[in-house]
Amino acid sequence: MTDTVAEIQSDDIADISDYKTNSLWRLTFRRLFRQRSAQVGLVVLSILFFVAIFAPIVAPYDPTEVLIGKEDVKKRQPPCIHLLGCPEDQPQHIMGIDGNVRDMFSRIVYGTRVSLQIGIMIVVFAAGIGTVLGAIAGYAGGATDNIIMRFLDVVLSFPSLLLAIAIVFVMDDRSLFNAMLAVAIVSIPAYARVVRSSVISLREADYVEASRALGASNFEILTRRILPNALPPLIILATLGIATAILDTAALSFLGLGAQEPTPEWGTMLGRERNQLFSAPHLVFLPGIAISITVLAFNLLGDGLRDALDPRLVQAGKGDE
Amino acid sequence: MLQYTIRRVLLAIPVLFVVVLVTFVISRSIPGDPCHSILGEKATEEQCDRFLENYGLNEPIYVQFGIFLQHLMRGDLGDSIRFSRPVSIMLVERLPMTIELGVSAMFIAVLVGLPLGIISATRRNSFADVGTMIGANLGVSIPVFFLGLMLIWLFAVFLKDTPLALPPSGRLSPGITTVPFYEVYNLDPGEQLSLRFHVFEFIANLYLVNSFITGQWETFLDAGKHLILPAVALATIPLSIIARMTRSSMLEVLGQDYVRTARAKGLSQNKVVMKHAFRNALLPVVTIVGLQMGSILGGAVLTETIFGLAGVGRSVVDSIFSRDFPVLQGFVIVIAFMYIFFNLVVDLSYSFLDPRVKLD
Repeated sequence: MTDTVAEIQSDDIADISDYKTNSLWRLTFRRLFRQRSAQVGLVVLSILFFVAIFAPIVAPYDPTEVLIGKEDVKKRQPPCIHLLGCPEDQPQHIMGIDGNVRDMFSRIVYGTRVSLQIGIMIVVFAAGIGTVLGAIAGYAGGATDNIIMRFLDVVLSFPSLLLAIAIVFVMDDRSLFNAMLAVAIVSIPAYARVVRSSVISLREADYVEASRALGASNFEILTRRILPNALPPLIILATLGIATAILDTAALSFLGLGAQEPTPEWGTMLGRERNQLFSAPHLVFLPGIAISITVLAFNLLGDGLRDALDPRLVQAGKGDE
Repeated sequence: MLQYTIRRVLLAIPVLFVVVLVTFVISRSIPGDPCHSILGEKATEEQCDRFLENYGLNEPIYVQFGIFLQHLMRGDLGDSIRFSRPVSIMLVERLPMTIELGVSAMFIAVLVGLPLGIISATRRNSFADVGTMIGANLGVSIPVFFLGLMLIWLFAVFLKDTPLALPPSGRLSPGITTVPFYEVYNLDPGEQLSLRFHVFEFIANLYLVNSFITGQWETFLDAGKHLILPAVALATIPLSIIARMTRSSMLEVLGQDYVRTARAKGLSQNKVVMKHAFRNALLPVVTIVGLQMGSILGGAVLTETIFGLAGVGRSVVDSIFSRDFPVLQGFVIVIAFMYIFFNLVVDLSYSFLDPRVKLD
């Protein structure tokens, strides 16, 4: 018996908690898939990812290809769909032609790629830095915590869009990358706060004490014990954060501060054609609808995750909607 | 309570100072100098030197900051480089627009969002509930600028010659004028840059308020009509968030024991909901309302751009484009101060709403 006790090492304990983590994820996914909102979100997202990945196949034209000499099409021409009655001799453009005589449908399709990349990269960056800051602040406490939190408060004192605009200008180069960086910087405080509050409530846990007693370093405790349990709210925030990131970057692009021509970004498309609302509404509606659908899908997924991961609903068995 | 208030106000001061510092640093960090932005590409060295000296932009940066702080203490926000007008006057002209827009939007958001949230919670899984939740999800997913454009299209193009038509831009229709209240009532507005003048001008530029107190009903209606579309566009996101938050907060409260007790005592559903559940569900909602102010100020930038309204949001963006530092600094600082102040009020209201909240 004494041999068995002496042989228990931290590796074994890690195995046990790994097992628990697995079953939590499995439970979560099962509950997640049962929710209608998450189902819809996931379906839409799969379509979007498919379109983004297979854009060259889905899109009939190159998104930056100007069709002036190649086809007999007019600037800002409304959609021409053969199935719906457009004469066969005219080239088919499902969503019409944009202000620079390019196929709108192809631009929307490639825009999916751009937007998904934008959302994911911004969130990875902001969540990464935010987690580090929040974990340090929450675990260390005291002065470190205070300083980090005050710093984040200053960022939060400014309306996020205005601060993002200012950051883009400070970087002096209007590009998609700078817009993404600005939006990411402005998003960091939210992630930091969430991680910090999770860490604060988790650091008093018994298993943390146990690890400390076993001689684990602070870094080990944080990364192997606390942070994995702080993941659920972070994941929810990240999913919803992709939606916000896409919206904010589209807003900056709309104002002319984000993606520049000829990058097919939905916000830029909206911004450029916004005065054509009366004469060529399809150029305004289509990118807008695209943004809305994408953001909606991520929001639905995030909501589904939130409901699936909510511990209170777990107990009452009300997680299935 | 008073002690807590004083403490919070004192704690806010370093944050305010850092905000001022950061604003100053950011506005000076924007590359490109105002001389060439304002005077044009061909401005000569001498002209630029004189220009910079005029505005004190030749001094070392810490001296400039010191001067800036000094003036700030006196309430002097400097002069716009681009328009050669005092920033405070520009502020007084444009801030009312944004405030009218923001307040109307918040009003709509709360007035529609709260009841929707309550109804959703009390009639769970009903058509109203599902409909509201779908609507709320759509509300936060549709970009403000797109929603604004769609509303314009709907009400100014599609419904153009119907009685439902709404104007797509500006604050007043051509031909409608607004007479400041101090002219109507023969009050002396005071000297050009006095505090009294600023206050009077501020109120006079709140078109709805001004026309209401002077009885200019045509102006009042017109200004109101022009405000509907932008306010609705701006209100959509906060509305959706408030509805969702109210719903989940109410659901949580309705599951509590004291609600069961109230029902067991035989109280009508109405009384249970409004007297007991609602007040206690309000706390997280108030937090959200406070947080939404920031989003409204940011959304105001886009709304003002689309609807052609000369408000603070658009002025800030314009001043960034034209490197007009004084305007940028002054406006941003005022916005940030307002936001911090508003959050402070929200914080203080917690103890009012929930006596259990101990202020420490």
